[in-house]
Amino acid sequence: MEVTRKQLPSGADGEFRARQLRARDMLRGALDGPDLDAYVEERVMTTTLEKAANWARGNAFMPATFGLACCAIEMMATVASRVDIARFGFEAFRASPRQADLLIISGRISIKMAPVVRRIYDQMLEPKWAISMGACSSSMGVFNNYAIVPADKFMPVDLHVPGCPPRPEALAHGIIQLRAKVLSHPEQGWRTRYGGRGTEEIVESAVAGDAAAQHTIGVTGGGKGTSA
Amino acid sequence: MPDATGLELIAQELREADEGAELSTSFFRDQAALLVAPRAVPATLERLRARGYRFLASVHGLDYFPEEPRLGVHYELLDMSAVDRISVRTRVTIAEPTVPSVTPEWPTADHQEREIYDMFGVIFEGHPDLRRILMPEDYEGHPQRRDFPVGGEPVLFTHNEPTTPGWWE
Amino acid sequence: MSDLTPTTDTPHIPYREMEDSHELSTIEHEHDELLTLNMGPHHPATHGVLRLLTTLEGEVVRDIKPIVGYVHTGIEKTAEDKAYWKVIPVVERMDYLSYYFNAMAFCGAVETLLDLEVPPRGQYLRVIHLELNRIASHLIWLATGGLDLGAMSVFWYGWRDRDLILDLFEMSSGQRMHTRYIQVGGVFEDIPPGFEAKCREFTRGFPARMDQYEQLIDQNEIVLQRLRGVATVDEQTLLDFGVTGPLLRATGNPWDLRKAAPYSSYDHFDFKIPVGTVGDNYDRYRVRMAEMRESVKIIDQALDGLPEGPYMTPNRKYALPPRHELATSMEALIHHFKLVTEGFRVPPGEVYYPIESPRGELACFVRADGSSKPARVHMRDPSFVNLQAFKPMVQGAYVADLIAALAMLDPILGGIDR
Repeated sequence: MEVTRKQLPSGADGEFRARQLRARDMLRGALDGPDLDAYVEERVMTTTLEKAANWARGNAFMPATFGLACCAIEMMATVASRVDIARFGFEAFRASPRQADLLIISGRISIKMAPVVRRIYDQMLEPKWAISMGACSSSMGVFNNYAIVPADKFMPVDLHVPGCPPRPEALAHGIIQLRAKVLSHPEQGWRTRYGGRGTEEIVESAVAGDAAAQHTIGVTGGGKGTSA
Repeated sequence: MPDATGLELIAQELREADEGAELSTSFFRDQAALLVAPRAVPATLERLRARGYRFLASVHGLDYFPEEPRLGVHYELLDMSAVDRISVRTRVTIAEPTVPSVTPEWPTADHQEREIYDMFGVIFEGHPDLRRILMPEDYEGHPQRRDFPVGGEPVLFTHNEPTTPGWWE
Repeated sequence: MSDLTPTTDTPHIPYREMEDSHELSTIEHEHDELLTLNMGPHHPATHGVLRLLTTLEGEVVRDIKPIVGYVHTGIEKTAEDKAYWKVIPVVERMDYLSYYFNAMAFCGAVETLLDLEVPPRGQYLRVIHLELNRIASHLIWLATGGLDLGAMSVFWYGWRDRDLILDLFEMSSGQRMHTRYIQVGGVFEDIPPGFEAKCREFTRGFPARMDQYEQLIDQNEIVLQRLRGVATVDEQTLLDFGVTGPLLRATGNPWDLRKAAPYSSYDHFDFKIPVGTVGDNYDRYRVRMAEMRESVKIIDQALDGLPEGPYMTPNRKYALPPRHELATSMEALIHHFKLVTEGFRVPPGEVYYPIESPRGELACFVRADGSSKPARVHMRDPSFVNLQAFKPMVQGAYVADLIAALAMLDPILGGIDR
């Protein structure tokens, strides 16, 4: 077969033709050495499985419909058309905690409601995150009295969004911060800080914040038999 | 509002019907109030209903600490056709906090009397289902009494973080 | 704190058993199989944390017991701990969709105690914001009610319009919700220059939007089937249960405090009170839609007739002096200092001040004992009382009708639990 070498056309056409030829060579197995490296670098993305999984998780939170009080109204406003978190992929609010992975505690948690919140958080499957929206659930908020519990007291919270109620933009910002956290720090700082292994099993001896683990409501204490 | 004279007429009628039931009247800022003895509350409300005050707008309680008798229950009645309001008030002590319930004749008092029981400890005799409504059912204490502490968490700032124990300690 | 042993027949019942719905044998049923179903406190019908203990026979509701208290915040107790000025933001968060109304009830009560006059401009500004809040509250009712029925588009539309109203609130006070705009003696601040134009833009465009929603929903066959003739309660039962507001007006009783006992210059405005005929869910729906239109009329009239003058009472003992006076006047400085540190003192007295909120008669009872903190603040919340009428509404109806009836009842758990 006769090989003829033609001068490649210049400009955009030329680049396209060059890429075509390189692809053809790649498929024939004719690329070698630095050419091959350049080719791979340009076209193939390598990542770890963990990063890929985090990317998927972070871009598709499924918040649980958990509205308690005034912050719930602003949470619904965040879903509504002006500040639309569907732009980011978070519009699929699931009613059942079994299907949700983000619990946005929007509103004040009374002492009658605290066991219920804890139970719902426990019913969610790993990996799961919790956002404490508003001042009442993060700290005590406007009402520092006998009837309210801050969310930190009985469940692990990943992000606090301040405000009373926080603007929809603020909540959207908070969710995006959580997404950034999931994409970059998937080890979830609070777990290593308090020695938690997930909320259903806690190995009692290994836990540094021991007293807390035993006092949390609804935690079925793991003991040595269960594995993390 | 019934004006001051109208209020006195009502009080007079109640005194004639039942000696010792009606204790005093009060006309403050154009709002009429009758203070009655606890045992006379249902009868007073019925007499006022006959006079046209057919709508019980609100039943609420309060704690008059440090004045005795400490616990008060107020019944706000409304006459819709004449746009008139009158308030029936009664006071009980902590030692004997019983008031006959008006729920059988005025169904609107159901949840409201439960709330007063929950928050103040006033026991309504004859209430079909007197138990706590806002606090958890096994809560001890009556929160809105004036000697019940407000409660709350100490606010953690950086300046008091070392001294104020956090929940994990 | 107190070791109270009841002296009546109320037995001491252990915790869980108290929540049993009923003596099952006393409920009338036909097929001998009753199911007790617990709905809530966490359920997708977005009315807050209401727990309904329903006893069902098949799909028919035989008995229902609402259990509340899951968002009890101790607002009334907290209010006793704060100066009168500081009670306003606390009390606003009670019925969290009609925050101006909560503040209005409380401020009205305190003003009655103080015998304080609110200047006409302040009254008109209050009316404008109250009616805007009424429209916003009804829009959320429409949005969540539509969501419960399955009409999700209405959800987005309702929120779109509500965002326009919240823009107006943000213009006048800086906050979207819980604005602390209504203060004792008037309003916090005068409306900024662009407010009137933007408000008129809203009132010009809103009736057309209402027309669109009505075209979508009013004659919709599914809506008619689900709401017409469902959950009918007659007027006397509602009056016995102390129900006021759109629920009572749907039965034909035109009781509205804005007309019956006008407060804050409501008698200067010309508006109608929409009433229904039968008192079923459909009437409740139509009454609230019509109320939104009437509110638009009130806002227009208030903007037309907005008087000049101060927006806050000039009585410096109760209202903060304007900042520029602090530099020149010693008395203003002293008043400012006293008001900001201790707050004003209210002479002893007890007052019950009712207003018409989107859900019914919202009243505030304040007992003052002469100090700078109230001795008792009680809000008579309409949802708390209206919830008692829920049982006659759904007895004998299907579970789906229960959801629709709950939507049309429009309870706000923040107000119920306080």
